[in-house]
Amino acid sequence: MKQEGTTQEDATLFEPLLRTGKGFYVTVAVLVILIAWGAYALVRQWVLGLGVTGMNRPVFWGVYITNFVFFIGLSHAGTLVSAILRIVKAEWRRPFTRAAEAVTVFSLPFGAGSIILDLGRPDRVLNVFLYGRFQSAIMWDVTCISLYLLSSVFYFYLALIPDIAMCRDRLNVGPLRARLYKFLALGWTGSERQYRRLDRLMDIMAVWLTMLVVIVHTVVAWIFGMTIVPGWHGAFIGPYFLVGAIFSGVGAVIITTVILRRVYHLEDYIKPVHINAMALFHLSLSLLWLYFTFVEYFTIFYGNEPAHMVVFNAKFWQEFSPMFWIMVACCFVIPVAILSNPRTRTIAGAVVASIFVNIGMWLERYIVIIPSMARPRMADIGSYMPTWTEWAVTLACFAFFALLYTLFTKLFPVIAVWEMHEARHQSVPEAVGRVRSYMPGATASSLPEE
Amino acid sequence: MPRWGMVIDLDKCTACQACTVACQAENNVPFAGPDETALDRSKHWHDVMTELGEEGRYPDFHVRFIPRPCMHCEEPPCVKVCPVGATYVDDDGIVRMNYQRCIGCRYCTTACPYTIRYFNWYAPEYPAGYDVYLNPNVPVRPVGVVEKCSFCIHRLEQAKREATAQGRELTDADLVLLPACNQACPASARYFGDLDDQESTVSRLSHSPRAFRLLEDLGTEPKVYYLAEEKA
Repeated sequence: MKQEGTTQEDATLFEPLLRTGKGFYVTVAVLVILIAWGAYALVRQWVLGLGVTGMNRPVFWGVYITNFVFFIGLSHAGTLVSAILRIVKAEWRRPFTRAAEAVTVFSLPFGAGSIILDLGRPDRVLNVFLYGRFQSAIMWDVTCISLYLLSSVFYFYLALIPDIAMCRDRLNVGPLRARLYKFLALGWTGSERQYRRLDRLMDIMAVWLTMLVVIVHTVVAWIFGMTIVPGWHGAFIGPYFLVGAIFSGVGAVIITTVILRRVYHLEDYIKPVHINAMALFHLSLSLLWLYFTFVEYFTIFYGNEPAHMVVFNAKFWQEFSPMFWIMVACCFVIPVAILSNPRTRTIAGAVVASIFVNIGMWLERYIVIIPSMARPRMADIGSYMPTWTEWAVTLACFAFFALLYTLFTKLFPVIAVWEMHEARHQSVPEAVGRVRSYMPGATASSLPEE
Repeated sequence: MPRWGMVIDLDKCTACQACTVACQAENNVPFAGPDETALDRSKHWHDVMTELGEEGRYPDFHVRFIPRPCMHCEEPPCVKVCPVGATYVDDDGIVRMNYQRCIGCRYCTTACPYTIRYFNWYAPEYPAGYDVYLNPNVPVRPVGVVEKCSFCIHRLEQAKREATAQGRELTDADLVLLPACNQACPASARYFGDLDDQESTVSRLSHSPRAFRLLEDLGTEPKVYYLAEEKA
């Protein structure tokens, strides 16, 4: 049996499920207060109207739409780390997979939800199903994001089943939780046959989700790219948004895993070598982001079309320029400075870089969305200043994300125990065999049996 | 099927804003008030845009006033992006709003290159006692939906009904001054009618060498034409 001895081996991973310190209650209390404050702001907005925000004509979209793109971007981390790295068999992914998938599953509702927060008539949201028109990019988003949410929840749950079974079998918990584990484990026994099926299904899901990542964020970008608004309209916005999504998502995974490492004493599992691999990956994404940003703006600058240059100038030298250049500093200058030097590419360094990247990526979404609206073709120059309502709701979204995450870590192991087990007992010989097969003289028969 | 359109003669227009005021009253467009106006939330289904020349200083500079209703484009970018079909083109080519269906996502307001669509940030408020002056033929729009110029569709429908009752077709004379903005224009600078009717005033004027449309190169095919000796 594969599961033998797992609890002894990975006892640390079950610790948080059994013991709860004061820190947990303080965290939950703070998060609940933030959520309550945001809920108050939101109810007020629903009663009075969107007038309580800073939006206006021509800046019809603001922080909510920025959050929408940002949260959907964050959600791509999970799939990327867990699915794409699974496909390319990057072994260092293992301690990150569950934490990353949790980022996906818990940030996605706030991405999709931000659109509903932004509606003038949230009470009519079901009109989308009654009268939906597929000529509108918003319907493409409704379809793709729902599919992505369902698929990633399914993938997340699949990878949880063996660990839930372990919780069911090994943990001494109250009757309610015991029943929850029993129900969610779906009768998992941990037989070879079950593991083989799980592995196959997860391989299929990994490919499916990788495709969805590309489609979902391209379609999110198309909400903007499909209009004829200067600064939005163009083919490049899709890939640009996608790279930014993966960029901020990887940062979010680094931040969350390091917090988990610290809080739940996972130093043995999440080692500097893992963070180093992630940080190098993050560094390459930063360079890619710079390349994309340069290509985007240099094309506009050289083409010098008046309608586009008006937006360009607003970003580069006018009222949006502080945000624009802070964005460049946060997304490129600071992370590259920290991560390209082996001496600063430590765990702390990677976290600092990731925090800057996420601030920078939020600003990037803002800088793509708002200046284009503040420079309409045929109306006076617009300005936009978010109100406390928008900030309170935004903060509540982040707090809610953190709360779901925190509660999750109390119910399920944050590192996939069975994946660690698999790595120990299966992947090491497999990797040796794989490397051998790359060498001259090796034949297919020298490949290890899968 | 008629194809309703408008022609505005900029060489006649004095930028007196009578059109804007008439529209405001006719269509129950609420006044935003000074605070909301300062936040760029004033609503005018019809506005008069000021186009300043690039060079010169007062009084030696070039300025042009462009009265703007909804352009009722043949290829409306707003209609294309609406997720629920709350804004649509009717059989006569008028870009209409279904206020009961609109979910308030503001995709159309963003997509419109003329920025001539408006959103109800709050429930509409009218000065005390104003309710008796509200036009009963035009619905008051609720909070959270988008609204815009309808080419005075209610007047058009009424004119059609009257003509039918009298057993005749609508004539050009019935139509030229039909919308409230045209009716109020003291300079007689505005014309309304069927662009497909070769005999109509608007059709004739839209073929004038002085005729042009706004942002023509975007391919939106507006049905509002302007006349001016000097092109934009």
